[in-house]
Amino acid sequence: MLKLIASRIATAIPSLIGVVIVTFMLTRVLPGDAAAYFAGPAATPQAIAEIRTKLGLDKPLPVQFVDYVTALSKGDLGSSLSTGQPVATEIASRLPASAELTLSGLILALAIAIPFGIMAAVKQGTWVDHACRVITTAGVSLPVFFTGLLLVYVFYFKLGWAPAPLGRLDVFFTAPPTVTGFYLIDSLIAGDFETFRSAAAQLAIPTVTLAIFALAPIARITRASMLSVLSSEFVRTARAAGLTPYKVIMVYAFRNAMLPVITTLGMVFSFLLGANVLVEKVFAWPGIGSYAVEALISSDYAPVQGFVLAMAILYIILNLVIDLAYGVIDPRARSEA
Amino acid sequence: MNRREFLKTASVTATASAAGVAAPAVFSSARAQARSETLLIVSESGPNNLDVQGVGTNVPGYEVSWNCYDRLITHPMKDVNGTPYYDRDKIEGELAEDMTLGDMSATFKLKKNATFQDGTPVTAKDVKWSMDRAVSVGGFPTFQMKAGSLEKPEQFVVVDDHTFRVDFLRKDRLTIPDLAVVVPCVMNSELVKKNATAQDPWGLEYAKQNTVGSGAYKVTKWTPGTEVVFERNDKWVGGPMPKIKRVIWRMVPSAGNRRALLERGDADISYDLPNKDFVELKDSGKLTIISTPYSNGLQYIGMNVTKPPFDNLKVRQAIAYAIPYQKIMDAVLFGLGKPMFGAAPGGVKEAVWPQPAPFTTDLAKAKQLLTEAGYPNGLETTLSFDLGFAGVNEPLCVLLQENLQELGIKTTINKIPGANWRTELNKKDLPLFTNVFSGWLDYPEYFFFWCYHGQNSVFNTMSYKSAAMDAFIDGARSAAANGDKTAYDADVKGMIDLAFADVPRIPLYQPYVNIAMQKNVTGYEYWFHRRLDYRSFVKS
Repeated sequence: MLKLIASRIATAIPSLIGVVIVTFMLTRVLPGDAAAYFAGPAATPQAIAEIRTKLGLDKPLPVQFVDYVTALSKGDLGSSLSTGQPVATEIASRLPASAELTLSGLILALAIAIPFGIMAAVKQGTWVDHACRVITTAGVSLPVFFTGLLLVYVFYFKLGWAPAPLGRLDVFFTAPPTVTGFYLIDSLIAGDFETFRSAAAQLAIPTVTLAIFALAPIARITRASMLSVLSSEFVRTARAAGLTPYKVIMVYAFRNAMLPVITTLGMVFSFLLGANVLVEKVFAWPGIGSYAVEALISSDYAPVQGFVLAMAILYIILNLVIDLAYGVIDPRARSEA
Repeated sequence: MNRREFLKTASVTATASAAGVAAPAVFSSARAQARSETLLIVSESGPNNLDVQGVGTNVPGYEVSWNCYDRLITHPMKDVNGTPYYDRDKIEGELAEDMTLGDMSATFKLKKNATFQDGTPVTAKDVKWSMDRAVSVGGFPTFQMKAGSLEKPEQFVVVDDHTFRVDFLRKDRLTIPDLAVVVPCVMNSELVKKNATAQDPWGLEYAKQNTVGSGAYKVTKWTPGTEVVFERNDKWVGGPMPKIKRVIWRMVPSAGNRRALLERGDADISYDLPNKDFVELKDSGKLTIISTPYSNGLQYIGMNVTKPPFDNLKVRQAIAYAIPYQKIMDAVLFGLGKPMFGAAPGGVKEAVWPQPAPFTTDLAKAKQLLTEAGYPNGLETTLSFDLGFAGVNEPLCVLLQENLQELGIKTTINKIPGANWRTELNKKDLPLFTNVFSGWLDYPEYFFFWCYHGQNSVFNTMSYKSAAMDAFIDGARSAAANGDKTAYDADVKGMIDLAFADVPRIPLYQPYVNIAMQKNVTGYEYWFHRRLDYRSFVKS
């Protein structure tokens, strides 16, 4: 196992170096002059030149790159111009917000999609199967910002059940002391149930929005993979041996059907991080996605580089976890590695 | 909170939601109390820097500076169509209790009881340090100071602890008003110096994150891109004590949600909703809607006069007669703008700016002018706009494109992202474009100096150069400095007439600043910087 982890991490290093180079180049090659943008509405060419010098943008590209890598090796991701804060602290404070939202969405989606997919496969051709098809089609075809706005309109504006879409907490609550950065967990640690309730209420609609989006691929893959496993010989043998349907489906069929589901899960998680950008915009969620988009719009290099780097690291960790999960579920995968 | 209480609150929520009634977001009475003394503002974007003199401070940052710092002087309010509006021609003290205007200097007596938010008294030394900083840091603040002939640290003199003098470099009517804009704010010099470094002698890094003034509010929490929380400074002596204790400013990127928050009564104020929403909210009558024209600001169509085809006056005139002015007012702005077209011909009557240009939509005349110019079959060009303001710019350009099509002018619409817009303008090679300019200082010669003068500033986006125009502008500036009203009026009329005759840019309308607020919130004041002044708001 340790050897496997080490070899996976070793293959990740070239990708990281690539990411560093590509993000640096991309942000520089993109059109847009950060100096002119930040010089403000009344800038003269001299004023712009002064800002360019201050930002180090007048130096040749290789020199800028060396500066960037030197700072990076010290853990310094630079400072954002548009928010005025060091990128590293911003990412550290915003990542939990995105992660809390993404994970809640994913867990909700799993809780619905997997039983639903299994049911659809077991009772193929019945109303459950058709309902599954309708819901997954709807889930794929509705863009998240649309579902988000629709849910806000219905549950906040019309019915008044949901709280105002104003981020992670009601305006008059203060954030719980940071332990994990996840408000749900931190408020429980602090024993502050009122804050927990507020955080959960704020989280509800964005979570549902993400879950609707994530539900479709998971349910479809679960169904397809269950179908192929259910029609295989060992399931027929198990049935013939007179095992209970529960044991056949959950123990023999489902465990074998899980591998493709786990693979999809990794993909869905990365899609969700992307979809997060839009959901964060709709719900004024102080996450990492909205931060990166704002930085990109204003040609603010440092946060964009920091964001891509953070995401790359996250993906690499995610892939590692999925690879290890394969091994846990399926002994064959272990020996192949 | 014990279990019993928790169950009680939970059941209240349950009944409230079951009945389909809005579940109140606050339960405890302490929070309800806090809510009545707190103003919740929602807007699309927030500040990137709390220091107006910092590098690249954005426009929302001006709002922070305005409310957290004091200037020596400020403007009193007057009433314009029922809305309090800053009085350009009157000055009153903020940190200064008295101003003596000499021939080549102005002397200010500081209020003796004024203190910074950390308790240290405000002295003339702090004022000088702050002014020195403004003229030395470079970039926008230095540039803004220059607009009022405030250029060198030697101009700022400490007479004694509470007396401060500004020496004039030259006579300039804009010097005194320039001391009342956002930039020359007074900072706690000792506190900033303590936190400055050798590379950063003016403490830009420290002031970026901390408000270190003597103003009515201080920032107690700032999460960039998410929220800014202000608390009132109870020791403020710059004016009457503000009624609002706490201001929470939340960034809500989705315009639809900002509207929903207002309509549900959760947010108190929003000021950057799309025009259509503003009109609908106004009609619904549930909220107070205030629209005020930008002072000294115009949306216009500009043309590059150095290159064909727009180097030809007749082509420019043809465009001016081809613009669907009224359609733009109705379909793009929903009436939320002040028309700047259709003036009676026969020259400018009044020395005021902005004023309507003598153009109307007349396609026959436009076609004839285009034929006379030598383009009977039309021409091809690109029409550029800033995507940062796409809500207005895009439909505006499409309407213009349609009309130009009828003249045989084929236009390709070129959408430029907000981050690039300034760079593209600076290159000065966009042939045809729409843009907005508005000046903090509300004087015609200030506008013309930036937009039409041959020194070719960034805002002379048309690269227009005319010796006659320069003579009018320079004449108006010196006439204003010497108080020669007749010469001044003649020069101002002269430059406006010439601008309409040469038409390098075609005025469309004066945009409106639109504010929507709850009925129980009053006290909005219009300022030249167009941002909110929290000090005057009242929530009943």
